[in-house]
Amino acid sequence: MIPELGHFALILALCLSLVLAIFPMAGSLTNTPRWVAMAKPVAWGQFTFTAIAFACLVNAFLSNDFSVAYVAQNGNSLLPTMYKISAVWGAHEGSLLLWALILGGWTVAVASLTRNLPAEVLARVLSVMGMVAIGFLSFLLFTSNPFARVFPVPAEGGDLNPLLQDPGLAIHPPMLYMGYVGMSVAFSFAIAALIGGKLDATWARWSRPWTTVAWVFLTVGITLGSWWAYNELGWGGWWFWDPVENASFMPWLAATALIHSLAVTEKRGAFKRWTVLLSLLAFSLSLLGTFLVRSGVLTSVHSFAADPARGLFILVFLCLVIGGSLTLYAWRAPDVTSGGRFSMLSRETLLLGNNLLLVVISAFVLLGTLAPLIYDAMGWGKISVGFPWFTTMFVIFTPIMVVLMGLGPLTRWKHHAPAELLRTFRVALIVSLAAGLLAALPLLHGDWSPAVGLAVLLSVWLVSSLVLSLRQRYRNPATLKALLQNPAARGNGSYFGMIIAHLGVAVFIIGVTFVTQFNIDKDVRMSPGQSIEMAGYTFRFDGVESAQGPNYRADRGRFVVSRDGKEVTRLAPEKRTYLVQRKPMTEAGIDASLLRDLYVSLGEGLGDGDWSLRLYYKPFVRWIWLGGLLIAIGGLCAALDRRYRLPVPARAGRSVPATGKTLAEEAHR
Amino acid sequence: MTGRIFTALALGLLLYCGPLQATTTLESFTFPDPEQQQHFKDLIKQLRCLVCQNQSLADSDAELAHDLRAEVYGMMKDGKSDQQVIDFLVARYGDFVLYNPPVKPSTWLIWFGPFVLLLIALWLLVRSLRRQQHVTQQAISDADRQRLEQVLRAGGHEEDPRP
Amino acid sequence: MARYLRYLIPLLLFTLLVGLLYRGLSLDPKLVPSPLIGKPMPGFTLTRLDDPDKTISDADLKGKISLLNVWATWCTSCRAEHETLVEFARTGKVAIYGLNYKDDRADAQRWLMQLGNPYIANAFDPDGRTGIDWGVYGAPETFIMDKHGIIRHKHIGPLTGQVIASEILPLIAKLEASE
Repeated sequence: MIPELGHFALILALCLSLVLAIFPMAGSLTNTPRWVAMAKPVAWGQFTFTAIAFACLVNAFLSNDFSVAYVAQNGNSLLPTMYKISAVWGAHEGSLLLWALILGGWTVAVASLTRNLPAEVLARVLSVMGMVAIGFLSFLLFTSNPFARVFPVPAEGGDLNPLLQDPGLAIHPPMLYMGYVGMSVAFSFAIAALIGGKLDATWARWSRPWTTVAWVFLTVGITLGSWWAYNELGWGGWWFWDPVENASFMPWLAATALIHSLAVTEKRGAFKRWTVLLSLLAFSLSLLGTFLVRSGVLTSVHSFAADPARGLFILVFLCLVIGGSLTLYAWRAPDVTSGGRFSMLSRETLLLGNNLLLVVISAFVLLGTLAPLIYDAMGWGKISVGFPWFTTMFVIFTPIMVVLMGLGPLTRWKHHAPAELLRTFRVALIVSLAAGLLAALPLLHGDWSPAVGLAVLLSVWLVSSLVLSLRQRYRNPATLKALLQNPAARGNGSYFGMIIAHLGVAVFIIGVTFVTQFNIDKDVRMSPGQSIEMAGYTFRFDGVESAQGPNYRADRGRFVVSRDGKEVTRLAPEKRTYLVQRKPMTEAGIDASLLRDLYVSLGEGLGDGDWSLRLYYKPFVRWIWLGGLLIAIGGLCAALDRRYRLPVPARAGRSVPATGKTLAEEAHR
Repeated sequence: MTGRIFTALALGLLLYCGPLQATTTLESFTFPDPEQQQHFKDLIKQLRCLVCQNQSLADSDAELAHDLRAEVYGMMKDGKSDQQVIDFLVARYGDFVLYNPPVKPSTWLIWFGPFVLLLIALWLLVRSLRRQQHVTQQAISDADRQRLEQVLRAGGHEEDPRP
Repeated sequence: MARYLRYLIPLLLFTLLVGLLYRGLSLDPKLVPSPLIGKPMPGFTLTRLDDPDKTISDADLKGKISLLNVWATWCTSCRAEHETLVEFARTGKVAIYGLNYKDDRADAQRWLMQLGNPYIANAFDPDGRTGIDWGVYGAPETFIMDKHGIIRHKHIGPLTGQVIASEILPLIAKLEASE
């Protein structure tokens, strides 16, 4: 009964989405206030029914209703409650329902939280979000119904994939989807602006906090995914350049370019067309990612069960949404005026360069991801591009970006004399080069490490730039006092957000490079009682014993780790066999700390109590996710800047032109 | 029918090749010294598992990966060079078995593509910078000029029209 | 006019992308094409499945158009294609040999007894070494060789009536005609 209710709720949500997509948009174009006013309530209606549908599916899992095919495939009565809930989004149909729910959530958030947005603009934005919702809800209802029943009803469910039975994995998809779907807000604002012809700084200001928050979620989602993979997969890897990971990384790159571009459009009125295009690009890449993951076009360890029929549906949807938006862009963009002028050396130039670079990186990630498909489709043979290629390219391009990142905050808007800039950075340049050289020297480990040298150079460069920036901003003691008296003043959020986020990048670079260069791994066979040395630590293997979990059986190893004779930690890596799915799964034993991780995972029992094991020493690995976290926190600070929540003062008697043209150009027509 | 088989295979493969597991990825192959072991590890990192195709031979847990690792190990013990091992596998499985695609004219797209994109971006940057240097100021109408002079006389104080 | 064309570039690029993705929907990304096509079949000498004292080698497949089917009892698709193979064997169009890949001898023999035996003879490859020489990466796989023992075609995945009609029979006809 309840699943049918859920199904019905979805249908209602789809109907309301149709209403939302059509009437407010039409109303804004034909000047029908009644239709325009429909936007908010209809948006709420759509969200409510989607939420009801979602609740019905959660209920089906919690009540072990195996007559619902999706629950029969992914649920199980022995599953702990937390995982019964996260099983809802553990496979294709349910994850789509989560997408739809989050989309509804962002829609009502925009409907309720934007202030001072003219009703027609809000109507257009909500209509576009409604159009996206139509796509997802119809995809659900026509090809991927989560409420389909199965006969005969199985006695037990197929169980959630054991790898997904982890708190990290429970929260990773929702965070990621919040990011992906959040990009639709920027997308909708861009479309609304293109339709209305008003692509000015105001538009950028409305769009910016939404985009930043979505970007924060995406950052958190990706960071969580990487952290989870490291903890769960048993061999210490944290990024694989797998197509599905790339599918999340590309929108992130575009969104990073977007938030910087929005800043320029808001402050200087420049880059308008570029910002619009990036807004369209970020969400397009989200949708493309959805396609790649669910269509079977690419091989991936993460992808949902491939189905070309579903793939076709998404492809058609992509054509309509992305093709439509790009057509609108081609039509309206030429009418957008260029904004403020700036000289060759200026913050605008650096930001533009940075944005282009981010797009180039995103483009080659796409190239690498699609390469197998391109070659296959063109009949050029079969190739594939793996981890080494992506890493090589990324390592070549990132330093260029970091150099620009360092220069940016200290370069003036509009114009900055090159000689003066050089003078500002003279010390920073020398310090960075010196630090890099020092780090590369074979002092500590007997080998030249150019990679480490480069990483240190880039990080010190970034940090020096931040220090210089802080010094410049708070040169006057009065400004410092003002900061301490009122930390939440306008502009501080954005500024410190930048500082923290850029610092996060520096931390990330250190983490990645140090763990790659200095990690030690040993594959050994050990007998109980045997000890082994690694990186100054002694690992004593105390054998493996049996253990039982709520829905699994495990072999649990015991390790005592000591250093200089003193015990540091005990590790208990496990090899679990889940009772339903029966495939063995490893849980690594990890001792985490800021400067290093000690990591042990069980291999196979070799008889007589001997086991094959993998031990890892991973220095600075936590810095990777610390960096990601800092970036997210920085974004959050920026989004919470009070300037976005100040009311816009009322304009008296000044009519805003219908197009983005300046007053002067208007007069010439 | 084939559709169902395909889906079943795909599902099976998904569960099987699911995110890497460290169960027996490195069997206890013995090596005379740690350099040899590292050499072996480096070599199998360059080769692709053909079952779990996004993983290298070093990471994959598929049966075929076990077999191929044993093959590589055997060849290394026989004193074959890295190139001989690679040639052996490429002769049987094609270039696909190389985790990093070889650099040859057919793969220039991949190896030089990113740099071509960078050059295009650079060209776009320079062009847009140059172009907007040449944006001439629009001549303003007389009515606007009058208003401008009024404003300037009033001390240049005007409300910022933008929020 | 050229100015306006510039703004069409994103749309153009997207159209190309869609074309590629559409094409991709009908391709199988997991297929690994064989570099052995057009080359002589790899030499092998293995024990026969039905009689461990007898051997079978690549020489046995030469002199006629032959088909080598790689199969195993642990492979569900092989079970699915078996009936098709048995029927195809009855037509006598081509000499069908089997390579029992990474399997258990007793299990495989029982399987053939239960489900029918379309093979003239089966080579028993328990450790998969011969499979590696043939570039086998899964089961089932089927190779077609001409009279001189040159591999002419490799089909990956189960044989169906449609595959036989559209891929195998035309190839056999062509090979017979070219002699």
